[in-house]
Amino acid sequence: MSGVWRLFGVWPMPQQITQSTDRYLLSPQSFSFSYSKDSAAQSGCSVLDSAFKRYYSLIFPDAADGARKTEFSINTLVAAGAAALKAQSVWGALRGRVYSLIYSLHCIYYFVNKTEIQDFPRFEFRGLLLDTSRHYLPLNAILKTLDAMAYSKFNVFHWHIVDDPSFPYQSYSYPDLSSKGAFHPMTHIYTQSDVKRVISHARMRGIRVIPEFDTPGHTQSWGKGQPNLLTPCYKGDVPSGTFGPVNPILDSTYQFMSGLFKEMKSVFPDSYVHLGGDEVNFACWKSNPNVRAFMTKMGFGHDYTKLESYYIENIVNISSALNKTPIVWQDVFDYRERIPKDTVLEIWKGVPADYRTELAKITHAGYRVLLSAPWYINHISYGQDWRNSYTVQPQNFSGTDQQKALVIGGEVCMWGEYVDATNLHPRLWPRACAAAERLWSNEEMTSNVDQAFPRLEKFRCSLIRRGIQAEPLFVGYCKDEYRGV
Amino acid sequence: MQPQSRDCRFAGKLRPWISYYKRRQSRAPNRQLTVLRCCCTVTEMAALRLLNFWAMLVTLSVCNGWLFENFGSYRNREADEVALWPLPQKIQISGAAFQLSSAGFQITHANGSTAGPSCSLLQNAFRRYFDYIFGNARKQGKNQQKVFDSELQELQVLLTAKDPECDGYPNLKTDESYQLEVDQPTSVLKAANVWGALRGLETFSQLVYEDDYGAHKINKTSISDFPRFAHRGILLDTSRHYLPLKAILTNLEAMAMNKFNVFHWHIVDDHSFPFLSRTFPDLSQRKGAFHPYTHVYTPSDVKMVIEFARMRGIRVVAEFDTPGHTQSWGKGQPDLLTPCFSGSSPTGTFGPVNPILNSTYDFMTRFFKEVSTVFPDAYIHLGGDEVDFSCWKSNPDIQKFMDQQGFGQDYKKLESYYIQRLLDIVSATNKGYMVWQEVFDNGVKLKADTQLHVWKENPQYQDEMARITAAGFYTLLSSPWYLNRISYGQDWQAVYKADPQNFNGTAEQKKLVIGGEACLWGEYVDGTNLTPRLWPRASAVGERLWSDENVKDINSAYNRLAKHRCRMVQRGIPAEPLYIGFCPHEYGGL
Repeated sequence: MSGVWRLFGVWPMPQQITQSTDRYLLSPQSFSFSYSKDSAAQSGCSVLDSAFKRYYSLIFPDAADGARKTEFSINTLVAAGAAALKAQSVWGALRGRVYSLIYSLHCIYYFVNKTEIQDFPRFEFRGLLLDTSRHYLPLNAILKTLDAMAYSKFNVFHWHIVDDPSFPYQSYSYPDLSSKGAFHPMTHIYTQSDVKRVISHARMRGIRVIPEFDTPGHTQSWGKGQPNLLTPCYKGDVPSGTFGPVNPILDSTYQFMSGLFKEMKSVFPDSYVHLGGDEVNFACWKSNPNVRAFMTKMGFGHDYTKLESYYIENIVNISSALNKTPIVWQDVFDYRERIPKDTVLEIWKGVPADYRTELAKITHAGYRVLLSAPWYINHISYGQDWRNSYTVQPQNFSGTDQQKALVIGGEVCMWGEYVDATNLHPRLWPRACAAAERLWSNEEMTSNVDQAFPRLEKFRCSLIRRGIQAEPLFVGYCKDEYRGV
Repeated sequence: MQPQSRDCRFAGKLRPWISYYKRRQSRAPNRQLTVLRCCCTVTEMAALRLLNFWAMLVTLSVCNGWLFENFGSYRNREADEVALWPLPQKIQISGAAFQLSSAGFQITHANGSTAGPSCSLLQNAFRRYFDYIFGNARKQGKNQQKVFDSELQELQVLLTAKDPECDGYPNLKTDESYQLEVDQPTSVLKAANVWGALRGLETFSQLVYEDDYGAHKINKTSISDFPRFAHRGILLDTSRHYLPLKAILTNLEAMAMNKFNVFHWHIVDDHSFPFLSRTFPDLSQRKGAFHPYTHVYTPSDVKMVIEFARMRGIRVVAEFDTPGHTQSWGKGQPDLLTPCFSGSSPTGTFGPVNPILNSTYDFMTRFFKEVSTVFPDAYIHLGGDEVDFSCWKSNPDIQKFMDQQGFGQDYKKLESYYIQRLLDIVSATNKGYMVWQEVFDNGVKLKADTQLHVWKENPQYQDEMARITAAGFYTLLSSPWYLNRISYGQDWQAVYKADPQNFNGTAEQKKLVIGGEACLWGEYVDGTNLTPRLWPRASAVGERLWSDENVKDINSAYNRLAKHRCRMVQRGIPAEPLYIGFCPHEYGGL
């Protein structure tokens, strides 16, 4: 068996790996994870304690629980002395996945090859966006996605939690937002304990949860539970009864936003928050006489991008005052709003030529940037479209090394127009794995998409074995097929 | 943009109608629930369509809109729950609603029905549809004492044929028509045989909805229904990926919910041979299947599929595609495939079935003898598509044979020679056959009852259907319904718009169109993504093949299909969404 063969299941490709043909037997009875004497973390570290437990059953899916008695736990691989895993922090330890190299023969014997790995991510921000507004995703669908994310070493869950169609987040400061803005006030919401559960499930897997409360556009559902928040649109001199983006001219708007973001700060521990800022339609603002009067008063003329800038600036300041680092969509940069230097811009528009130009521009202006444009994997097509995701080069744009360093990572986006719990998982996996490897691995080591194919095929079968409903790349089979429907 | 879910843009046009019915309403003051009659027959719909392109939409709005006008949005929501799919041929729905309780309601055999409690197919169907209707409510044991003034207590199923075919199999000529009268205290479902009864039960279950208090309701309704086409199929491919039995059975359930009646089982192909043959077990056991134990269909698996399908009025037509698409056959049957040559030496690779050896035909005779007994359906699909001639061309023995037969360099003649002999073999088993369109294109002599399956996009399927029917053969359509091909957005709409009789030809020619099939080829599909990829996109084909040809308004279809997909989700089928929105009961089977 060649070395390449054994590497099949490892995804994403580690930065450095050497493997010999020596292989060791692992027995479910005697194998255990344990803290090295020199480790800064010891028993009682909840993240690692539960990770050991989780990965034990991933490695030995057939082992009965009873077999794992502590008296048999010997901190060794048979005949090999100890296997060591060194990491700076628990989060690094979670990424050290010796288990991936373990393959099984006849379902009873487990082997691992003598292996040395030194690994670290290429980008610090490796995200996946789920949209729970266009369709509600039951909690289980989110938790399962977090499991699969961990297997592919994603580390940010970008929760696009609300949008035009529905407001499922149950706010304790403004409960009407979901009681009136959700698809259903009882069955289609995320309660505070749901959110806590997501955050803790993610934390155990080394995943940050960054919520997005997108304003001033994409807010139709907000208006249902928060009167006077949205701009009333006019037809001639009379209100048409419809509403546009958030009303940027009222003090009450900013008081409400302060209140909401204060709540955000206590609910979501991550120091980043996504403020949206994309796709604002100016037609309604233009129709509203009060907004026009405000434009004149502020000296904005007819340039509504200035009004948007004014709004975003206020929102960014609110979040900065709460010590949150804002992430916004590229539109905000394109409108040249005055934004704090630590703001992260997320690129979502256009073909490669477009996003390369945008990468160059944003980094030239000194902002950090995230790339999503090539990874809108809600867009499906016939065939192996994961190959397009795989061949993306996030740092291939004209700019200095300093500029390139401002690319902190990227995100796979699964927008919800056509996706709910019925088709989310097979549509995400293994297609999202392509971006995961691009964001983690060395680009030169992983530049050949044909070489990646058999490894990803193997990895998708291991995802299935772990209960992730990952769809096939092409004709073929998995030893253990998915048994659900 | 998505169609609006409740479109009132045409309310203005409805006013005269509404006031008419309001007047009628005032003459019936005694009703506890105000009766607003809404009569939407297909004939009326068609007539309206002549007046106005939007009339279809109006008509549907009419059905629900009356209630909307009078009771406000809550009442409208209840009536909206009645989203029939596929739309019956003739239907009258009234605003009068009856209540059904899980404690009191029963589906029974009517007095005078030719079927009784010994008809296990129906007994099972009664239970299945009772479960669909009441879901979990049954287990919750709701208040059972209260009797409502207008309660539906019974659905009586009345079969009229001397032999209601309880233990039979459906076939191409099966009468699937039924009449349904929903009234209180008893409703009647009338059909000739069990197959019509199954279709009627599905419709009845779709008529029941839950009101805002969780009560099950059904409106007074009269339906007379029958399919437009006799062959309404779904093709699944179990060779490119193995599909676990559960995935196939789930698909059969979804098919019944959409009134499909043919499961075209593309069971083997180049990539694997999962069919475990009793006569030639080596075909699957010696590397022909992906795995000889975990990736095969044993005889009892096949039996289970056939019986599960039969219980739902679905035929199982197996396809054993030759002479191309047979790489996997060669692994367990030496000398079956043509050895390819490079110059004068064999390359070690193999091409299509070897058509020049007698052993080939001996094998086929024995193999199809088994197949004809395993699969009870009167038809077998023999494939015959996409034969690559290069290997035949390379083989010196084949060249010699070509010379002997006087075929020259025309390898189509060789293919026809093979197919001809195969058809004779299969005819001897008393089975009819279906073949892909190439067999006709290549001029093979065919039995009069052969069904030609049109799948190519080029030449245009309309021209192909015209040619085939002009030659007097039966045909069915799949070209626009290759649902394995996916794209972003609502691609069900194009699927919905395609029509198998949309070609230039006489009325006689059109009658030769027996229907069509949605195909889900397996290159990118296995048990992980099969169901959401197929449903509800295949539902669009289901309505095209069942309902009247004039039922084709996309907005009306969107509203009904969005609800129908929620109904499938509630019944445990992970059917994917059409667009933004929600189901009251989201998919929970994670």
